[in-house]
Amino acid sequence: MKRPDPRGPVSAELIDLLTRRPGADPAAHSELLVLAAEAARLTDDILDDDDLQLALFCLYELHYGGVEGVDDAWEWEPGLIAVRRLLEEPFEQALRSAALVAAGPPSETPAAEGKPDSDAVADMLFALAAQDSGPSLSRYVAKKATAEQLAEFLIHKSIYQLKEADPHTWAIPRLAGRPKAALVEIQADEYGGGRPHRMHSALFARTMQGLGLDTSYGSYADAVPAVALASVNMMSLFGLNRRLRGAITGHLAIYEMTSSRPNHLYARGFRRHGFGADVTEYFDEHVEADAVHEQIAGRDLAGGLAEAEPQLLEDILFGATAALAVDARLTAHIVEAWEDGRSSLRTPLLAAA
Amino acid sequence: MDHETKQPGDSSSVVLCPDGPILIRGDFEIVTPSGDPVPRQRTTVALCRCGASAIKPYCDGSHKLIKFRTDA
Repeated sequence: MKRPDPRGPVSAELIDLLTRRPGADPAAHSELLVLAAEAARLTDDILDDDDLQLALFCLYELHYGGVEGVDDAWEWEPGLIAVRRLLEEPFEQALRSAALVAAGPPSETPAAEGKPDSDAVADMLFALAAQDSGPSLSRYVAKKATAEQLAEFLIHKSIYQLKEADPHTWAIPRLAGRPKAALVEIQADEYGGGRPHRMHSALFARTMQGLGLDTSYGSYADAVPAVALASVNMMSLFGLNRRLRGAITGHLAIYEMTSSRPNHLYARGFRRHGFGADVTEYFDEHVEADAVHEQIAGRDLAGGLAEAEPQLLEDILFGATAALAVDARLTAHIVEAWEDGRSSLRTPLLAAA
Repeated sequence: MDHETKQPGDSSSVVLCPDGPILIRGDFEIVTPSGDPVPRQRTTVALCRCGASAIKPYCDGSHKLIKFRTDA
């Protein structure tokens, strides 16, 4: 992706460092580490911290498509891994707290007792998905969103959807047997079943094109709020840390389980504005695909993993609940802005032609 | 459902999802009563069992909204 604009001292120092040769300036590494430690200590709310979320986003992006003008050798530079771990620790803590709040009173979760079976785990996850409350972005998009708001909606989503499925793919070599086969089955479908134009990220790019938006990955990273970056950073955190393999499967399961109905409503919002099948295909595809995926993800992936490694059940539920909690915050941010007649972006779309 | 006993040679399988659709994977064809193929985008499909789907024969998750139960 193109290099984003810094949002504070840590992201500024990091982005500056990345333009240099890896390992050429150890003093700059230590300076960045000190800055990051200080910022991580002082932040009120790391989920909403623009500077730290952008820094994490750039650090993670080195493991995906890379950053323009940045040497690929930075990916495994020990100094940067140290910064990433330093930021990941409070980030994970914040996600665990947010998940705990979202999960409600502990009596609701009959987990942890004995050996979970895969049907019971699927039931737990479906129940979590069903209690998802708060303002609904999909109903707003279906009924009220203006054409500009539809474009904003796609911009928020583009941070993930233009690399849709990639963060969960990290988990494949970390699983075995039934959960692995389940994840591969889902991902094969996400990646178009061998047809590049059917890849979900490609379908999403066509939707963006229909609204005259830039489809190169990360082109709108500067426009979205911290919590939109946090939502994608969460997936990278779960996907890139083997110890969190429970969380990444729970995350995928809950994404699939909260997808069919909203996508039906998103499609309706775009049709209401006269957009055709080229734009709505992405959403229509998800209505059908995710009704398949939610069954496989709940029972065979998350449930199968809980049967194989019962100690991971807690993290499976954590990943699912954290996903709901962070996305509820992003939804609240967007819907509040729209209801106030403001843009939900940091920099309103000027001429998105 | 015992997933462990399934052999690699199985050509297809039908999973009756509790309170949900019928999941079919493997080698099969979906046709209309007159034998015409039903458009299909993926190898594994979920067929509507509750009757509420707007994209029949496929499932669209509507069973959750109508609280469809398979044990009733």
